[in-house]
Amino acid sequence: MPVTAGEAGTAGEFAIETEGLTKRFGGYLAVNDVDLRVPRGAVFGFLGPNGSGKTTTIRMLLGLAAPTSGEAHVLGRPMPRDLGAVLPDVGALVEGPGFYPYLSGTANLHRLDTADPHAVSATRRARVALALERVGLEHAARKKVKAYSLGMKQRLGIANALLTPRRLLVLDEPTNGLDPQGTREVRSLVRSLAAEGTTVFVSSHLLAEIEQICTHAAVMSVGRLVAQGTLEQLRGVGRAGVRVFTPDREAAARVLRGLGMTVEPASVDPMLLGALLGDPPPEPDRIVAALVAADVRVRGFSLERQSLEDRFVALTGEGFDVAQ
Amino acid sequence: MSPSDRMPDAPDAPDAPVANRPRPSPGWPLLGSEISVMFRRRRTVAMLLSLAAVPVLIALAVRLTATQPPPGRGPAFLDQVSQNGLFVSLAGLLICVPLFLPLTIGVVAGDTIAGEASLGTLRYLLVAPAGRVRLLVVKYLATAVFCIAATLVVVIAGALIGVALFPIGPVTLLSGDTITVGESVVRSLAIAGYVTVSLLGLSAIGLFISTMTDVPVGAMATTIVLSIVSQVLDSLPQLDWLHPWLFSHYWLSFGDLLRQPISWDSFGSNALLQAAYIVVFGALAFGRFTTKDILS
Repeated sequence: MPVTAGEAGTAGEFAIETEGLTKRFGGYLAVNDVDLRVPRGAVFGFLGPNGSGKTTTIRMLLGLAAPTSGEAHVLGRPMPRDLGAVLPDVGALVEGPGFYPYLSGTANLHRLDTADPHAVSATRRARVALALERVGLEHAARKKVKAYSLGMKQRLGIANALLTPRRLLVLDEPTNGLDPQGTREVRSLVRSLAAEGTTVFVSSHLLAEIEQICTHAAVMSVGRLVAQGTLEQLRGVGRAGVRVFTPDREAAARVLRGLGMTVEPASVDPMLLGALLGDPPPEPDRIVAALVAADVRVRGFSLERQSLEDRFVALTGEGFDVAQ
Repeated sequence: MSPSDRMPDAPDAPDAPVANRPRPSPGWPLLGSEISVMFRRRRTVAMLLSLAAVPVLIALAVRLTATQPPPGRGPAFLDQVSQNGLFVSLAGLLICVPLFLPLTIGVVAGDTIAGEASLGTLRYLLVAPAGRVRLLVVKYLATAVFCIAATLVVVIAGALIGVALFPIGPVTLLSGDTITVGESVVRSLAIAGYVTVSLLGLSAIGLFISTMTDVPVGAMATTIVLSIVSQVLDSLPQLDWLHPWLFSHYWLSFGDLLRQPISWDSFGSNALLQAAYIVVFGALAFGRFTTKDILS
């Protein structure tokens, strides 16, 4: 499993580091031996289908649930032992927003801010207003939360995570319930926070929503961590392939097999031939040369990297199945 | 949990905070917020208004019926209400103590933790981090504040309606002595204090039950049912060995405060019993809540 320090941190400096983290509910292993390494300053995508153990992992990182075995360090300190020292520096959105429906957005944030013993009462009003402004809720601040849409509640949840300057933000499915516009806003918010040096740990079951903003990612499947590293590393692990457009499919397939490549089954387009590169991959220039030398009429040739999405699907399985 | 042992600038701290944090507050802002949120809830206001309605209804009923209740019939003090408005408060408390007050305390105490869990705010309070012990203490103190408010509402509403509808004069005590109006106000407040203390044990039970579930209605109902069970057991003579241990045992013994000289015996026994319930159920709530996985 490739592990590297991010550009922003030195080796061994992780905002989140877990060692064999395991959570068992009765006979069911929700999180199984997870070694997570989130470098300082990274925007870390925590991916996995629904029910793969992402939220349970986050609950353990935040001291809400105790691990059955294994260790977790957050911002360099053991959790949940140093919870009181760690959590004031951590902003979190866990499993959807939770608010008092009978209070206004402002009153809700005031209430949750008083729960932080390090939050300064004198600046509370200004900090609440600023957080609401950052998520674009300043006009709904006086409305009761029961009148909020899901997207507005989600924004309020993010505002709650931003009440004080944080060094780590843990955002569990932050784009749930948001329209495409809201999703884009969350992405740009995460980018601006990361630019300020905040480490952002963002979970999602939708790869596309966070692929653009992440520097690193990890993939969970059925309670296990199946991959982690920089996006480049994760993409690189997938094998590259070639696509050849030719009227001489059969001849081309013979040549490619001769180069140690795996030819994909026939596609709908009779002119298209796809093949995965072998290991070690031959030089792309040699492939075309070999095809031409075998009198294959090459009308088009492209070298393709597997997308991260293909990789994600390969790791976690396709479709809507909730992990068992 | 205690951040005081932390040395923010210690060189060995792997993660010295960006800026020196101010000293952590012991939780007064959270307690203030808890109390203000509680009294801003429509439900709390509705319960207090219902409690206030009890002495008002008693006074109106006595005032509007031509025939006076004969002495010794109906709840104690009822026959004296028409002669002296100061007895409305007492009659109101006497009617509220067995059912209405435990009902409202059950709602407030049962909601403490389970209510936050069901709203999804519990995880955000703990991640803030409120601290599990601090949150329990704050929740209990806020419930105690509600006990004071609930009792005072009955006493004050009773006094106001009594003054409005009936003559006011020196009060004849159970011992036959007579005290002035001013002293009777002091006695009323002492009785309000007695009733408040009576409810603190039940509050601790409700807090503990509330840590065991994410369904607030379940915790409320269980707490209320326990208050009734305790009173039923207290009324069974076969179980008289058990009676001194029941948290409701001294609930109606505040008559001692209406004697001259005032007798503090039942106040003391009651306070001791309630303190024992607070210690036992406080410890159970602590044991449960500090080890619980918050999955709500």
